[in-house]
Formats: sequence, C-alpha cells, structure tokens
Amino acid sequence: MNARLLPYVLILPVTLFLCLFFLYPFVLVAAQAFGGSDGLSLDNFRDVVSYWKFPISLKNTMLLAALVVPVQLALALLMATMVNRMKKGRDLVLYIWTIPLGISDLAAGIIWLAIFEQSGFLNSMMTGLGLAEGPVNFLSYQNPGLVFLAIALAEIWRATAIMLVILVAGIGLIPKEYYEAAEVFGASPWQRFLRVTLPMLRPSLQTALILRVVLAFEVFAVVAALGGTLLPVLMGEIYAYQFDLQNGGAAAAMALIVLGISIVFTLIILRVLRVPKGATI
Amino acid sequence: MTDTAVLLPDQGQTRKTGRWLYAASVTLLCAWVIVPLYFLLINTLSSPETVNSFPKSFVPEFDLGSLTFFAGFQGMLTALKNSIVVAFLTMVMSILIGAPAGYALSRFEFRGKEAFRLLILLTRAFPLPLLALPLAVMFIRTGLDDTAFGLALVHTTLAIPFAVLITFSLFSGIPVELEEAAWTLGCTRLTAFTKVVLPLILPGITASAIFAFVISWNEVFAAAVLTIENRTLTAFLLQTLGEAPLHLKFAGGFILVVPALIFIFAVRKYLFAMWGIANR
Repeated sequence: MNARLLPYVLILPVTLFLCLFFLYPFVLVAAQAFGGSDGLSLDNFRDVVSYWKFPISLKNTMLLAALVVPVQLALALLMATMVNRMKKGRDLVLYIWTIPLGISDLAAGIIWLAIFEQSGFLNSMMTGLGLAEGPVNFLSYQNPGLVFLAIALAEIWRATAIMLVILVAGIGLIPKEYYEAAEVFGASPWQRFLRVTLPMLRPSLQTALILRVVLAFEVFAVVAALGGTLLPVLMGEIYAYQFDLQNGGAAAAMALIVLGISIVFTLIILRVLRVPKGATI
Repeated sequence: MTDTAVLLPDQGQTRKTGRWLYAASVTLLCAWVIVPLYFLLINTLSSPETVNSFPKSFVPEFDLGSLTFFAGFQGMLTALKNSIVVAFLTMVMSILIGAPAGYALSRFEFRGKEAFRLLILLTRAFPLPLLALPLAVMFIRTGLDDTAFGLALVHTTLAIPFAVLITFSLFSGIPVELEEAAWTLGCTRLTAFTKVVLPLILPGITASAIFAFVISWNEVFAAAVLTIENRTLTAFLLQTLGEAPLHLKFAGGFILVVPALIFIFAVRKYLFAMWGIANR
C-alpha cells in the first residue's frame, strides 16, 4: 500500500468512530437542549435553572470539587514524592496505592457505606471505645454536613490514585541531573521539591488536574450510594430528569451546563499551568 | 571540630526521626487504602443477619450467606453476565479500532497528525457519560437501544482515547530499525508487523485491553441511562440502591471490586509507562 496513504487508513477507524459517537452526539444534545415547541428556544434552560433544586445541586457539586480536588492533589504529590525516594518495596506500595484506580465510583460508595451506615464499622468502633452510647445515624437528613464529608472521603479515597499515577509517571521523566545540580548548590529537599519537581511537573499537573476536575463535576454514583437524595448533585439531577421526569430536553440542557462548566475549568487550568513553548524535557 | 562532634549525633537523631516518620506515613497511607476494602470483605463474608446486626465484628465469619443471596437475587446473575459481555465487547472494539491509530501516531509523520492528537486529547476533557443522553434517542431509532452492543459502543468511546495513547506509547518503545531489518530480509510491511512487532507488543496490548475492560466494567451513568431490561451489574445495583437490603449491596460491591483488584495487579507494570508518554 502507498506509504503516504497508510497513516490515514490507520487513523480512519478512530476518526470515524469518534465523529459518530463523540462529535455527533454533542450536536444532538445541543439540538435537544435548544429545541422547543417552535424552533430554537431557551425554554429548557430556563426551566432547569429556575427549578429549586438547581442552585443546591450546583453548589453541592462545586463545593465537593473544591474540597476534594485540592486534597487529592496534595495527597498525590506527597505520595508521588514518597514513592520516588523509596528503594525497598516500591512496587508493592505502588500497587496498593493504585488499587482504587480500578474501583468504580459505585463500589467506592458502597465501601464507604459499610463504614458510615447505622450498623456500620464507624459506629461499632465508637461504641466499642465508649465514645457513643449507641449507633448514630450519620447519613440522615439531620446531618447534611456528615453526608457531605462521607461523600468527600469516599471520593478522595477512590480517585487520588489516578492523579498519583500521572504524577509518578511525570516525576519519572524529570532528569536526575537537575536534582544533583540543585543538591550541589545546597538546596534542601523542600527547595528541590519547590524549584525542580513542581515546575518540571507542570505538564503532568495539567493533565492530572483537568482529568480530575472534569471527573469531579461528574460525581454521581458515590453520592447515590451514600447520600441517596439527601445531597443533590448535577449528574444526579440529569439522571432524574431523564428517568423519573422523562424530560429529555431538560436533561440535555443540564448536560450542556455541566459540559460548559467542564470546558471553562479545562481552559482555566490550561491557562494557569501553561507550559512555556520549547520548555519540554 | 567540637562543633561537628556536637552536631553529628543530633543530626543522626533527626534523620532517624525522619525515617521513622516516613515509614509511618507510608504504612498509614497503605492502611487508608486497604482498611475500607477489608471492611467490605468482612461484610461480604458474613451472613445477612450479621451484616444487619450491631455492633460489627472486625473479623469475617466466613459465611457465604450474603454471596448466595446475591447469586439468587432476581436478575442479578443476568446483570453480571451483561456486564461481562459489554466489557468484553468494549475491550475488543477499543483495541481493534484504537491500536492502528496508535501505530500510525508512533511511526508516521503526516499532515493533520496534530489535529488528530488534539481530537483524542479533547475527548478526555469532556464529561463523556453525558453522551449517553443523545445516544439513547439515536439508539431507539436504530434498534440498538437496551442492547449490550449499543452500550459497548458508548463505553468504547470512553476507552478509545486511552487505547490510542497507550498503544502509541507501546509502539514508540519498539525501535523502527527492527521493522526495517525485517523488510530487508524479505518481509512485507504486514508480515514484518505480524512477525516482529506483534509478538513484542502483545503483553502491552493485553494490558491496555484489560484497562478498557475495567473502564467499561466500572461505568455507571451511561449504563444506567442506556439499559432498561438488559441492565449491567453497575446499573442494576444503582437501581436497587434505594430498596436493596444491605447484604445485597455489599456483596454486589464486592463482586464489582474483585476484577478491579486482579486487573490493576496485571497491568501494574504498564500503568506508569502509559501515562508518561500520554502526557506529552
């Protein structure tokens, strides 16, 4: 086969597939969201935004992302630097730390339910230690703060691993000479981390943050497992529109809103953590 | 001289404390990951009565009651089977479609390469499960609604960016000289690929196929939107969350977790190599 055509033949299947199942659906979802009884309209958006649950679910989703992502970033950075200087048992520790990578959000929600439910392990422990009289119902409407905290913990537990993997891979790409040079000039470990690791890690930080932030806006199953309907979030509302209310137009409008938020944050992260041209390793 | 003599034991002390602190934090972080999993294991290996009782014991009683209940629950085994079928289809499709593109990216310079890479990277910055909404309508028209294949198509969209980037990094790790040597020895482009490159790349391809499997296996939102009768395990569990008894939830969660544990173990060698290249 012609060598000039071959690469195009090879990428054709992916391109076709993505056009059909990635680009085209976005056109469809936009059409559905803006579609009204008579041509283009913003009715769906108006309905969705004015619904009383919208501000709450938006606030919950945002607060959750604002709490979870920074904690995960700090934790992943800490773990990545720890693993980097490890000599013995590195593989085992990395395997253990990346286990949650393979665990679905639904399973993570169920796992943390085992801890927080009324007859769960946290209650057993507290009663055993004499800290509580009897089992407390943590996940009830009376403790919205605790429900929020439980969901945040489950999210941090589950999704720190993806950041860790990206950051460990990124740290592995930083040439050892930079650290040696820094050491020669008397930089402390903390200074080496601030002046060498962090700036060199920028591309990885970018990828990790974008991926995590977008996924944080998609939080759904963890919330469903732990909070039920106690803590409405955007994705849960979309699901409710689609199934319980059978309102496809509203679901599509909500989807576009989530999409818009994701894009805005992606652009912000790209801008803030931009890699200077020609500054790759 | 006296200064250093005074300083040295002190420094040694700090270093010792530092090392102890380091080991302690590593252990603590390992426990942070493992202990919740252990709790799930206890609940799964306890009888339904124990799961609903209080207080909990911190050792499993090795009773298969919960798991038997799970297996006997109406529709659960079918959901499990659906999950496996969808994940398997996703795995096959994402590799068959993604690997050629990964090869093209690693071996050729061509016009539009950057635009293509951008398209692949873009898909990662989008909340992809949302695609299930418009596709639900499209699938009803084409008769793909509520089928394993239809859901697998959506899951393939989720897995394909990873498949392309992973195979790209794998192919890049194999020197092009090996292929060129095969050509001079009388291989065509195709036979050079099947006889030289493919055997070398097979373990890596397996790893990325497993990755695709896990992505599909774990996906909840699209599965819940696109299936009604033929629910996958995640969709089924989500649907029954409200009314299902605790032991059913925990056994289901456990079944969801087990393949993940095995798979991450199987691909652990490739996990970091995959992401190292994918970042660039």
